[in-house]
Formats: sequence, structure tokens, C-alpha cells
Amino acid sequence: MITLDFVYILMGLMMAGIAIVNLRDRTSAKRYNNAAFWGIYATTFLVGSHLPNIVNGTLVIAMVSIVAIGKLGGAPTERTTRVDREASAARWGNRLFIPALTIPAVTLLGTFTLKSMHIGGVALIDAKQVTLISLGCATVVALIVGMVMLRPPVTAPMVEARRLMDAVSWAAVLPQMLAALGAMFALAGVGPLVAGIMERWIPLDTALAVVVAYTVGMALFTSIMGNALAAFPVMTAGIGLPLIVHRFGGDVVIMAAVGMLSGYSGTLITPMAANFNIVPAALLELPDGNAVIKAQIPTAILLLIANTLIMYFFVYRK
Amino acid sequence: MGGASRRARNRPYLTFRATTYVLPLIGILIVVAGFALRLNPLLVVATAAIATGLAAGHGLVDVVSSFGKAFIDSRSVAVVWLALPVIGLLERAGLKERARTVISRIHVATTGRLLLAYLSVRQLTSALGLVSLGGHAQMVRPLIAPMAEAAAENHWGELSEDTRNHIRAHAAAVDNIGLFFGEDIFIAIGSILLIRGFLDQNGIHVEPSALAVWSIPTAVCAFLIHGTRLLLMDRKLKAACERDRERARANEGTGAA
Repeated sequence: MITLDFVYILMGLMMAGIAIVNLRDRTSAKRYNNAAFWGIYATTFLVGSHLPNIVNGTLVIAMVSIVAIGKLGGAPTERTTRVDREASAARWGNRLFIPALTIPAVTLLGTFTLKSMHIGGVALIDAKQVTLISLGCATVVALIVGMVMLRPPVTAPMVEARRLMDAVSWAAVLPQMLAALGAMFALAGVGPLVAGIMERWIPLDTALAVVVAYTVGMALFTSIMGNALAAFPVMTAGIGLPLIVHRFGGDVVIMAAVGMLSGYSGTLITPMAANFNIVPAALLELPDGNAVIKAQIPTAILLLIANTLIMYFFVYRK
Repeated sequence: MGGASRRARNRPYLTFRATTYVLPLIGILIVVAGFALRLNPLLVVATAAIATGLAAGHGLVDVVSSFGKAFIDSRSVAVVWLALPVIGLLERAGLKERARTVISRIHVATTGRLLLAYLSVRQLTSALGLVSLGGHAQMVRPLIAPMAEAAAENHWGELSEDTRNHIRAHAAAVDNIGLFFGEDIFIAIGSILLIRGFLDQNGIHVEPSALAVWSIPTAVCAFLIHGTRLLLMDRKLKAACERDRERARANEGTGAA
């Protein structure tokens, strides 16, 4: 059976390749730092499932130390010139889109077909992870299509992956680091603690006040946790269920659905939601790491107001 | 009796017991201070995680172990990077340049309208559960961002670096907003399953379809609000480009004199 481990092996091999390209690049002043960083990251993918937790934790701390003390080198300049690329674009035309669109197309196909496939009575893939496994397979198929079509040097995919990965740099690891922080928050009981403090200091005597406390609380608490899914159980157990539903007789479906969506306004405004806000800023090579958040703030605020109004006008209607 | 307990409830956090009680919040403090001081976020978050674990009274070995376990358990968020070799390969062969050429042939395409079109596609496909059709690595960097830049260049001429970055940031924002306010209409998405599981634990049973239906009003608001902002952005971009050009001309003028 193909499980997520197969995808992790692919990831590990790619990260190892990126480490090697860095190591061989004599023009880069920080090549040993970058090679060590991506090399350790590769290790967490290749053998992380089999290592003791304490070793994995130490590896992660080593990666952080490389970034904090030694610093990473940035992306190398492109090896092709704009003129080359425009000539190549003119030559290949719209065929260039084929490998790029192969990724979503094969992911979709895999999501719908792989789940039900069996070989000798055994499921071909782990059904719970079908989207991620399909995405992993799709990138391999797309790469094969691209290689056959363009016939570049064999090393080109790794050299180009290294160029993009070093542009994203340490931000690539930040989402996982934040997930680890979330686990620590859960271990230390930070969620109920914050909800307790909020309940204690906010006046919650009217039907409108509890709705505002819940929607705004979801947004603020999400921006602290970086994830609406982490904020939802805490805020709903603290305010949503006991006050909106039980004391003021609100509708539980509307409370829950609109409450979760209020949390998304918090996701749009926080650097803690790194994979949505910080990583794309790095990937698009924006000098301001918060540029994506700044573009989202007005929409986030207006939507939070809209969600509060939706909840207030519908949640108490029976 | 009731009055005394009420007073106790409202006592500010100054006593020793109260201080140890809020000690686990040190992680939040470190994160806020670290981001405010613009320290490296990776360092800030790792420090906050370890400090939170220690403040909650766990030993160092325990803390580093659960930290490592959580990092390993969340490796799936990194799978999207597998797209980089093929995206890089295509960029080398001129994918971005081609995306620009294609958009320059569509004269009605302005930056705002193009991003509005992507917003609607992203929201609709996410609502059908097809969340992997978009994404910053697969769609925004190679296709949407270069197209949005090219659309602005076609209509308003050369772009300054600031304007270019502004357009890119909006391309990434559209991907997020379309995803967030589309996916909750799909009944099998993680957030709907979490709501259902949480309410089940509290003895309340709800249908996923009912939750999905009540996500629609917000989805419509999101489309109207962000869509309006995108259309207004065209005007601002035009004004910014004209301002940039005038400034460049003024600089040339003083240079010649």
C-alpha cells in the first residue's frame, strides 16, 4: 500500500538534492550552511518516522541554530537570461502550460480514482491521505512530462528547485515550526487559559455582546494560534455553546458555521499563519515579509463585520 | 458568600499563585515581542515553543521530544514543495514570459479583472472540494502573478518595483481568500469535520450539509467585498503608474538642466 511515507521519501530525496547542489556551488559564500540546513531537513523526511522523538527535536533545534547563528545564503541568480527565456517561450508557445497544468489534472484524477483501486484485495493507497499522495504523484508525472518535452540537462530540475527553495529559504520550515508551537500550546493548556481570561474581563450581558465577543474572539484567538481550527474548540466551549446557544437560545448550526468563518479573518491578518501569509511573500520574492497580510487586512476587517452581522441577525431567529 | 466569591473572581493577577497560573502564556509574549522586534521568525517560534513547554512544568527532554514529534507529525504541510523542480524547469524554459504574452493578447484583461476571475474560479473549485487546484507554488508564482503584472504593464506602461510587489502580494491574497471562503461550502473539508466532531462530543448532532449551507452567506460577502476591492485596485494602479511616470520625467528634467 502506498502511504504518505512514500511522499516523504520523495521530499527527502528532493531536499537532499537541493543540499548537494548548494554544496557544489563554489560561488555561494554560505554554501555549507545551506547544505547543512537542507541536509538536516532531508533527514527528517527520509528517516524521521523511525528516529526517537528526542533526536528529531534535536535535529530541528540544529536547523534553527544554523539559521540564527550562521545565517542562510539567498537564491542564486538565474542561469538563463530574459532573452533566452523569451526565445524559448516563443518556441514552445502554449505547450509550456501542459506540464504546469498536469499537476492539478493528475491530482484531481488521483483523488477520484486511486481511492477505490485494489491490487490482490489490498487497497493501493491509504484512503485518508489520498489528496496528498495524489499531489505527490502528480508532481512526479508533471516532471517526467516536462523532461521529455523540453529535454533539458539532467541536473536542471534539481538546480532550479534549489534556486526556488533558497528564495523561500527558512520560511519553508516555518509552518511546521508553528505546528510544533501549537502542540506545545495544547500541552501547556494555553487555549482554555486565554478563553478564561477573556470571559473574565469582557462584559457578556446582552445577546449582541456575546455574538461580538465570540466572532471577534475567534478572529483574535486565531491570529494568536495561527489556525482557526485550534481556536474553535476553545472559543466555542467558552462563549459559543454556553452563552449564545444555551443562555440566549441561539441556533447551534449558524453559531458554529459563522463562528469558524470569523476565525478565518484572523488567519488573514497574522504572520502565525505562515504557510498562507509569510511563505508566499518569500516565494514571490517580496522585500516586505508582511506584504500579503497588508493586502488582506481591509477584506479581513470588513468580513469580520459581515460575519458578526450575519450571526446576530440569524442566530436568534427561530 | 456569593459576594465574596465574586470579589475573588475579579481580583487582578498580582499574587504569586496567579503569576504561575498565567506562566504558560510566556510563549505568546515571546512571539509578539519577537515579531515586533523583527527577529528571525523561525528562532522566535522555536524559542516560544520550548519556553511554553518548560513554563508548563515539563522537563527539557520531554519538551524537546514533544517538539520534535509535533514537527515530524506535521510534515504533510511541506508536500507542496514537490512542485518546485517542475515549476523551476518550466520557468527556465520561459513559462512566466509565455503567461505574460498570453495575457497581453486579451485586451479586456486588467489586473483587477484578472484577479477577480481567479477569485471566482478559486472559490468555486474550493467549494467543490478541489482545493489542490490552486496554491502559491503551483499557480500563483508561475502563472497568476506574472499575468497580473503583465495586465498592468499592457494598460499603464512600465511598473515601478513597489507597484510590481503590490500586485504580487494581491495575487497571493486572492488565492488565500478564494480558498478560505470557498472550502467551507464543501461538506468533507477539515473545518466542517472538526465542528461536527466537537459538537458531537458535547452531545449535539448537526448535519455537515447544514453547516455548509450556512457558510454560503459569508462566501457571497467575501466575493462581493474582495471583488469590489480588486476592481477599485485598477484605478489605484493606474494613478500610481501615472505618478511614477511623472516622477521619472521630473527627475529626467532636473538631470538635463
